[in-house]
Amino acid sequence: MSLPVQVGEAAGYAIEVEDLAIRYHGKPALSSVTLQVPSHEIFGIIGPANSGKTSFLRAINRMDLMTAGMEVSGSVRVEGRDVRSWRNPYALRQRIGVVFPLPVGLPLSIYDNVALSSRLRGTRKKADLDVIVERCLRRAALWDEVKDRLDSLGSLLSGGQQQRLTIARALSQDPSILLLDEFSIAVDPVTTMRIEEVLAELKSEMTIVLVTNLVQQARRLASRTAFFLTGELVEVTETEAMFEGGAQDPRTTAYVEGKFG
Amino acid sequence: MPELAHAADRRDAAWWVDRAVQILVLAGGLSAIVFIAGIFVFITREGAGFVFDRFDFREFFGSPRWTPTSSHNPTYGALALIAGTASVTGLAMVVSVPFSLGAAIYIGEFATGRVRETLKVLVELLAAIPSVVWGFIGLSIMNPLIIQVFDVPVGLNVLNSGVILGLMAAPIMTTIAEDALKAVPDTYREAAEAMGATRWQVTFKVVLPAARNGLVAATLLGVGRGFGETMAVLMASGHSINLPTSPFDSVRALTATIAAELGETAAGSDHYGALFVLGIFLFLVTFAINFAADVFVRGGQRKRRRRGRRPAASANP
Repeated sequence: MSLPVQVGEAAGYAIEVEDLAIRYHGKPALSSVTLQVPSHEIFGIIGPANSGKTSFLRAINRMDLMTAGMEVSGSVRVEGRDVRSWRNPYALRQRIGVVFPLPVGLPLSIYDNVALSSRLRGTRKKADLDVIVERCLRRAALWDEVKDRLDSLGSLLSGGQQQRLTIARALSQDPSILLLDEFSIAVDPVTTMRIEEVLAELKSEMTIVLVTNLVQQARRLASRTAFFLTGELVEVTETEAMFEGGAQDPRTTAYVEGKFG
Repeated sequence: MPELAHAADRRDAAWWVDRAVQILVLAGGLSAIVFIAGIFVFITREGAGFVFDRFDFREFFGSPRWTPTSSHNPTYGALALIAGTASVTGLAMVVSVPFSLGAAIYIGEFATGRVRETLKVLVELLAAIPSVVWGFIGLSIMNPLIIQVFDVPVGLNVLNSGVILGLMAAPIMTTIAEDALKAVPDTYREAAEAMGATRWQVTFKVVLPAARNGLVAATLLGVGRGFGETMAVLMASGHSINLPTSPFDSVRALTATIAAELGETAAGSDHYGALFVLGIFLFLVTFAINFAADVFVRGGQRKRRRRGRRPAASANP
């Protein structure tokens, strides 16, 4: 990798990963990953199934704590601080929004879905919550479709709407980092494009890590893209260069050209 | 190729097996209904004579005087018996709901690995203790304990039988409540935890509301169990006719009355018929409770199913 090795927020990195390895019940899923994600950029991660992309995200917000058998070694620094040095991992997770592959509308009303995070952090006033709910739903491009039925169950929305609800919920955490794990798997192409527009706007406020199985999506959104293959980081390259034949590794070129994976 | 399509259209072994199994399971389903209806018809027929000749609605539900063996003036007031059953069941629920919900939440949401498996097995073992053993515990352990601790003359009372019944119902309620918690998809927990919710917040804000119907059903089934329980209540309640005013009063339950008296009545007598009317009453109440539990469970399913209804299996051969 040709990136300069610098440390801390001053260097403008939101996430710095050094020699990260992840095992499940002793079986390695990801090994020796070192990369940096600059603040306020969309960082793409592509790679075929089982390449360790999701495990990588799970290490960032310390999901290893609640996953039986998951071991993490190496270091992950978020805004300059090692995630494992947080005494209150719940507070760390509040700063990191996560969107899962399949939409998870919690079995609460649409309103309560979006208000949940603020309520967990002690916001009780209806007026404050109203503002947060409307702002987040608007930003997730869902407000116009649901504003008249905020008290109906979030889990009854269509797949695409639920995924936008999930994004609204993640935004309600007011996160500095947003992790998206193949968010478009259960979403129709039109909705996918709308969400992509939203993400492009959000970049000015937060750092976004976009794991995707659609290489073209990475090309549309990400400034730089990492290619993971069978538990290994092959390379991190400027996205445009990667797609214009400038990849450092021939496997990357083959993958983005659709020759395997 | 129409000839080929014709040749493929024949009723093979798999088709006949499918038919046969459909008929068999239909018979199984119908038999359950037949047995329930049969039981209801039987107790109604035995009680019918009493209902038409002697039954007095106001006496039955309004009077606490149950003196069916009196030679000059037998009375059939079931109020004290109903109050006895209700008070014991009520206290049992006060004991068992917190215990069983707490246990279910611990097993389902907090315990992991071997602790969880061990606890599940133990709870299921507890559910298998016969009710007469619980009655025995009430008689020989709770009784002297209550006399000693509360300084009362008799330890066989509402408190004793309520606690015994509560402990007896708790394991079954725990098992059903834990099933309800387990039915909540892990993706909900993961999504909430990823937002920074603590384990308790996940349980309280997400899992419990999602499992609400199942938890209510578990409680109602516990109530039904308490209402219908006979032996333990007979042994621990003191079995004396009383309108209870404190937990230290001895009471008599509907079920215990039937169990204790039915063997000593002449078939067809008023007393015999009155006991069957108690039976009808019990049947209707437990039926209503189970029905309510069922409605609650279905209420939960309907909401979930609305998203993707499975097409009904085709009945066409």
